[in-house]
Amino acid sequence: MISLILILLASLFFTGLVIWTKSITSGRKGPGIFQPLKDVLRLFKKGAVYSKTTGIIFQVAPTIYFASVMMAIFVVPFGQARGFISFEGDFVFFAYVLATGKFFSIISALDTGSSFEGMGASREALFSMFAEPAFFILMGSFALLTGHSSFQGIFTAMHFTTKFSYALGALATFVLVIIAMVENSRMPFDDPKTHLELTMVHEVMILDNSGFDLGLILYTTNLKFAMYGALIANFFIGAIPWYLALLVFFGVQFVFAITIGLIESFTARFRMSHNAQYIFALSSVSLLIFFGVLLVLGKFI
Amino acid sequence: MFVIEAFILTIVTAIMVIPFTGVRWKGIFTITAVCLLAILSSIPAVTALGGLNTEVIFAGSSVTGEIPVRIDALSGCFILIINFTFLTGAFYGFHYMKQYRAETANIGLHCIAYLLVQSSLLSICAIQNSILFLFAWEIMALGSFLLVIFEHQKKETVKAGINFLVQAHVCILFLLTGFIWVASRMNTYDFKAITAFSTSYSLLTGIVLFFCFFIGFAIKAGFVPFHTWLPYAHPASPAHISGVMSGVIIKIGIYGILRMLLLIKSDYTLIGYIILFISVVTGIYGVMLAIIQHNLKKLLAYHSIENIGIIGIGIGLGCIGMGTGNSSLTILGFTGAILHTFNHSLFKSLLFYAAGNVYQSTHTMDIEKLGGLGKLMPRTSFLFLIAAIAICGLPPFNGFVSEFLIYNGMLSGFHNANLSFLSLLVFSLFGLVLIGGLAILCFTKAFGTVFSGTPRHLFNPVPSEAKAGTLVPMFLIMALMTIIGIYPVFFVRVIWEPVRLFTSGYEYAPVVNFPLSGSLSMISLCALGFFVFASAIYFIRNRITARRPVVTGPTWGCGYLAPNSHMQYTASSFIRSYRKLAEPVLAIHKKKSEVKGIFPKTGLHETHPYDKAEAMLIDYPLRQLKHFFNRFTFLQNGNPQFYILYGVVFITAVIIIPFAGTALTTLIHFFNQL
Repeated sequence: MISLILILLASLFFTGLVIWTKSITSGRKGPGIFQPLKDVLRLFKKGAVYSKTTGIIFQVAPTIYFASVMMAIFVVPFGQARGFISFEGDFVFFAYVLATGKFFSIISALDTGSSFEGMGASREALFSMFAEPAFFILMGSFALLTGHSSFQGIFTAMHFTTKFSYALGALATFVLVIIAMVENSRMPFDDPKTHLELTMVHEVMILDNSGFDLGLILYTTNLKFAMYGALIANFFIGAIPWYLALLVFFGVQFVFAITIGLIESFTARFRMSHNAQYIFALSSVSLLIFFGVLLVLGKFI
Repeated sequence: MFVIEAFILTIVTAIMVIPFTGVRWKGIFTITAVCLLAILSSIPAVTALGGLNTEVIFAGSSVTGEIPVRIDALSGCFILIINFTFLTGAFYGFHYMKQYRAETANIGLHCIAYLLVQSSLLSICAIQNSILFLFAWEIMALGSFLLVIFEHQKKETVKAGINFLVQAHVCILFLLTGFIWVASRMNTYDFKAITAFSTSYSLLTGIVLFFCFFIGFAIKAGFVPFHTWLPYAHPASPAHISGVMSGVIIKIGIYGILRMLLLIKSDYTLIGYIILFISVVTGIYGVMLAIIQHNLKKLLAYHSIENIGIIGIGIGLGCIGMGTGNSSLTILGFTGAILHTFNHSLFKSLLFYAAGNVYQSTHTMDIEKLGGLGKLMPRTSFLFLIAAIAICGLPPFNGFVSEFLIYNGMLSGFHNANLSFLSLLVFSLFGLVLIGGLAILCFTKAFGTVFSGTPRHLFNPVPSEAKAGTLVPMFLIMALMTIIGIYPVFFVRVIWEPVRLFTSGYEYAPVVNFPLSGSLSMISLCALGFFVFASAIYFIRNRITARRPVVTGPTWGCGYLAPNSHMQYTASSFIRSYRKLAEPVLAIHKKKSEVKGIFPKTGLHETHPYDKAEAMLIDYPLRQLKHFFNRFTFLQNGNPQFYILYGVVFITAVIIIPFAGTALTTLIHFFNQL
């Protein structure tokens, strides 16, 4: 329950912080960190333009996309405090319910019959598919290490073992940051600020959304960021007292947002055709974690 | 006893009556018979699932020996699965076949074949005598062949049918070898002899025997590399037959594998390793090929291969659990496998029926020609969407539950596993995730191209929604799928009895409780929560947007205001980046001519996906064999005189060879005496 509130809180300023960082590094003053939130609220008040081609799928998809991310957030714990829902194997549910949302956003993009939106849909489907194995091997490795298979079990038990688990935590953070970048379609995989439809991934999928739906989609992006931030924070919270945990949580969210801002400021977007290979290679980092776990458990001998 | 006699009486009466009735009554009689058979066979099935096995032993003849009919929980489970799909298939087929009513004789044969396949499938689940089992198996093979070639005026259909027939008999060959091997040593055809055989000889014998059966059943089930008949047979047959075939006929192979696992006592760990590996390869290969298909039914057929892979992963895990004594791995693996068998029979038949509706209104299965059907056929498109979500294993539907069980099986396998098993587990974890991701790519492509966007082709008449008669059984399937998704605990409890067959009789104590019951009730909470939450948000959204101005306009075209349907993204372009990546593994024949010059002619880009495994394992050996036999074509020269000569030579040889033999032995004796 507490994690839900914290993630909702973090989602309010996350994207604003990313934009603020980008502004500072490029020598601009930048908008306030609540500007993206204000944009969302403004969109909530607007009317909508629907394409003649679209049907009911296009209307429900943003809602389901939002609901799926919320369902995923429900299972994310906060240190020892379990999430709103917690059970054995909940990380499988986490990944799959996110995929449900993605399924709907892809078919809603195809529903417009556009010559651009299919492009984004195709890329989104491919890229997120390749990111998935990395996440599962990562979580599987930690399940092996801790002997638990729920988020909460894994995160609490991890810190009762060796210091080596923090090194694994660092690697896991790397994997999760990259997955978050892929899932949220950020640089270096996708440039959300590009003005050419041919080079977009996520943005081109939502070209035809407007008004409330667009607001919902944009807010979902903030939520997704905060959710991955919370996952990363959980690797470091462990069994520390709650006020420290709170500090770690917001510290991690803060650092995560600024890191994203810095990455976006100083890297260029990858070539679209190389993205898939790069994301797929993430699985090998996850495998590295798996071998690290095997070393810790002494299975190699 | 009474049930079995009534069962036989029903099928015989139905077959006698159907040829002599009018075409409408043929359908009605078939449905009645299907219902009767289903009710009769479900009685012992339900009691078996309740824990009370049925065992009837018929005297049989001197050839067959005693014929035991045993219905235990495993048989019961499969009998129920078969019955449900055959029932929906019969009701759907009744309306689907209305357009073929002119072909009276053909329909009569079709009805009889349908009944024969149902009754033989049910018998296969119950009979435990090898000879009778093979008889039933053969009836099933021939019956399905007749069902597949319903549209026998089409060349492709007959070709697919013959392909199926040949491979079905290769399958029988392997089963025959296994059964004869056992019978020759044990002098009885009872299945119990298989257990006795596997325990009385070496461990290796048991493994070889198991794989002899496994290959036979794997051909039926469609494990790679024995899958090549499947993508031909499914598109060729009518929609309800594709649904039934993919839903249950191939599952009888899974039943066979499970039955043999119960019967053969052997090194389960090794068997499990091999099954797990084959299954992961099957799953990935099946879905990789499914994505590049342009024919909707062929795409679904390749997806059956993928799902067989997922079921196989469950079986493999369960097997390893049996071998290593990890009871929760055994339970989760087999529960996942059996539940996925049931789930797949539901959503795959639903998908095929939906594809059948599309075919009936457009008369094409080429997805590049379809598009925008969601508005013209809203109910079919809704049903297809639900089934697509379920087959991708996404919550809140039933596919997720079985995949969740298999994932948890893998996680529970992590405890006390050695290095080789851990590596295999990570490989299969990776495989299952990849299968899920690729399935999403595949079904967003299928749904997106067929049902959303604008029509890519002008159909005359304009496609319209299917009749209520075809939709009712489809909604029934959808309801069951949703119930499994929301309340899986009940179904897992039903499957508990067959799963216990696998855990009992081992050194560790029998497990009483299902290891994941807490998670399962949470799953149902989550599924329900998802429904409620999404509806609530949608309700709020509608309340808010109702007060705002809504405008409709053309799709955003980057400033271009006259977009047409040819400009929308096609299925081929949707999967282009995937195709580029997967090209080294797959065999895709491309034809391309660029648009060039100031006055360009029409550009062209064609891709013809082909199965590399088929090219290597079927086509190449066949070509070599043909080449070899071509050397003997001079024998078949068309002259009757020559044929008479061959006859004479043969008869002479038959007479002379024994003589020559005796002469030779006499000669050898003579030399020995010297």
